[in-house]
Amino acid sequence: MEFPGVLANDDISLDIKKGEVFALVGENGAGKSTLMNILYGINEPTDGEVLIGGKKVEAFSPKTAIGLGVGMVHQHFMLVPSFTVAQNIVMSMEPKKYGFLFDNRAAERKTQELVNTYGLQVDPSAVVREISVGLQQRVEILKTLYRGAKILILDEPTAVLTPQETDELFDVIRRVVRERGMTVIIITHKLYEVMAISDRVGVMRKGRLVGVKNTCDTDEKDLASMMVGRPVLYDDLEKTGTAGENRIAVEHLTVTDNRGLIAVNDLSLAVHAGEILGIAAIEGNGQSELLEAITGMRKPERGTVRIMGQDVTGKSPDQIRAVGLAHIPEDRISTGISAPASVTDNLMVGKHDDKEFNLFGFHQRRSTIERYAREIYEKFDIRGAGLDSDVGSMSGGNMQKVVVAREFSFDTPVLIISQPTRGVDVGAIEFIHKAIIEKRNSGAAILLCSADLDEVFRLSDRIITMYEGKVTGSFAADAITKEEIGYYMTGDRSEKEARA
Amino acid sequence: MNEFSELLKSILSPGTFNEMLRRATPVAIAALGGALTEHAGIMNIGMDGMILMGAFFGVLGSFLFSSAWAGLAFAILIGVLVGLFYALFVIKFRSDEFIIGCALNTFALGLTSYMSRAIFGTSGAKGYPSLPDLHLGVIGKIPFFGGVIDGHSLFVYVAVLLVVILWVFVYKTPAGFHLRAAGEKPETLRTAGLSPDRMKWIASVLCGVLCSIAGAHLSLGYLNGTFAENMSNSRGFVAFACVIFGGANPIKTYLASLMFGFFDAIGLRLQGTISSDLTGIIPYAITVIMMVYVVIRSNRRKKHAQKRDPKAAGGAA
Repeated sequence: MEFPGVLANDDISLDIKKGEVFALVGENGAGKSTLMNILYGINEPTDGEVLIGGKKVEAFSPKTAIGLGVGMVHQHFMLVPSFTVAQNIVMSMEPKKYGFLFDNRAAERKTQELVNTYGLQVDPSAVVREISVGLQQRVEILKTLYRGAKILILDEPTAVLTPQETDELFDVIRRVVRERGMTVIIITHKLYEVMAISDRVGVMRKGRLVGVKNTCDTDEKDLASMMVGRPVLYDDLEKTGTAGENRIAVEHLTVTDNRGLIAVNDLSLAVHAGEILGIAAIEGNGQSELLEAITGMRKPERGTVRIMGQDVTGKSPDQIRAVGLAHIPEDRISTGISAPASVTDNLMVGKHDDKEFNLFGFHQRRSTIERYAREIYEKFDIRGAGLDSDVGSMSGGNMQKVVVAREFSFDTPVLIISQPTRGVDVGAIEFIHKAIIEKRNSGAAILLCSADLDEVFRLSDRIITMYEGKVTGSFAADAITKEEIGYYMTGDRSEKEARA
Repeated sequence: MNEFSELLKSILSPGTFNEMLRRATPVAIAALGGALTEHAGIMNIGMDGMILMGAFFGVLGSFLFSSAWAGLAFAILIGVLVGLFYALFVIKFRSDEFIIGCALNTFALGLTSYMSRAIFGTSGAKGYPSLPDLHLGVIGKIPFFGGVIDGHSLFVYVAVLLVVILWVFVYKTPAGFHLRAAGEKPETLRTAGLSPDRMKWIASVLCGVLCSIAGAHLSLGYLNGTFAENMSNSRGFVAFACVIFGGANPIKTYLASLMFGFFDAIGLRLQGTISSDLTGIIPYAITVIMMVYVVIRSNRRKKHAQKRDPKAAGGAA
């Protein structure tokens, strides 16, 4: 999302030393990525200067940055899926034979040499489309090394990794810093990672660098309050009440994805009143299709879905909502909101037929609608340019608040929540988490899916892991650690369970 | 029964395959250009207009300078301009490539029809200097094969050469890798310090040139210095189908256009037996069947991928 004409970086002065791991933290939209994009030459500063290795940067372009030894691993990988690992790595600096032909053998040999030098195992001739996300990230790192990077920028590198893969990545970072004298800048919003990997940390807020500290002199709480600009109270989520009757019952459900491949495989689960069931899974293991099947956005192949005891298998989203379900979809931009419509209109979706807002089935009672929207707007502390501004112009956090506000206002006994705080800033996360727990405490049955394991652990009463469309483990949230659960997210471990 | 075997004999004669090459070539050359834009991630449906421009300006050049070579050069020049024009709107101004393609087709049809009437009169251009036919000497004496490949217009042979050159370019040179990356994931080029738009410009201009050559071949080689209104006759769309059918691989794309040429040639053979209005639709009906096959094939591939690698079933996001 771009906000044209907004000051993304305001008068920032920052020194990063050779051979250190520097962490850059801040809320979404704080300007971390913009700052790094300037270093990498994608964006150009309006004022001020950048010196890399003592040299002043004159022309801002990735080419210049690469020439000065800067390498960047973007949040969304910059790899061509149909090319091999080696072909991706050598791009723009291809080995040639006869002066004009691409020398594939040399490319693979050079890749293998890099693999051996840095100990980052990956098969040079594998096609990128077919390797895991963790391996793709290695390819990205190798690519920067191939181009001779001395400074490595990692933009939210752990967002797509399992805890194990994160540990491996951190090992790699430590190794290149220690053995090769590289400088690593890591952008993240996971504070425990900052503590684990960095030597120094810079905190950004609203385009300003609000502080730089040695990591050993600070802690997570301190960093969190610097990010938000006020103390953040992380531990006042109080769960009360006990689980009641069964409200979501999924039995032997099989669902296919857009390409007709099996995404959810003979899966069963149950969620009770006053309970949050969290799904922990790496992206692409069927959790999205599962939620779509439950909410009626996708027709299941086999099996049944019961909401509040009623069989809703294969019904439309409208019919399923009528039974008593609300849904916060995983991608707010494509399914959660209508970007060009106003905040009011977005808050009203699904309520237009209510007697309260509508006369004789066609007249919309505008003043009642506005009064209602204002009330919700204030209750959920949405901050934007007012009720009549279009939702598309808001920040991610406020957009998400609009979705949460609308769905929670249906006051349904069942909630399906997917990625409630993806790309949302710390302040809004706090708010949304509190709202979810309030719903739970008032007796709603909640099925939660999130790519953020911390979130799953913080909110859930029970956690299930999914791998390749199947449930691979089921735990009480306080009976398992994040490290252990990563193990179940990467494969079927029923054998081990049987042994234990 | 006897009649049927006679017909089969005439279909499988060298004459049919000779006709196949002849009829496939205008489509094939345009399709090679289309393969380049396809790799660069541009859905180019403007090929028909590009062919038509090449066909008309080829004849015009031949008429003005009394030389088929000058006509060819004139057509290539126009091809560069049309390619630049297309790229300007699609790449620079980011207009919808579908709309620009349609506009180009309509514009080309209108412009060439108007200029043709203004310059050559209502009956069109006929009998201007044309490109030479090549006779291969000894090779032409080989039974069957010789009869198939001997005595074609120059560009029938050039097309085969172009297939090889473009195949090497697309799959074996760094520039070809950049071209494909520009279509599949342009950001990779941008972050590598290269310009994806540059590759798209190059692909557009090359496509313009190749389509123009296809057109010039049509008017100057295939029909010996003749231009008739709308003479591209939807070959640009058939070429587009060949690009999709051949997965934009120059070799497979060429084979797809040969298939089109083959059925076109068969249609000619059948004209004695079946109404020519019906035989005329054969190549287009085949094109539709080709597209159906493309859909079936891609579905089957997905199923195979699932069997081979269940992980892919989850969908790499």
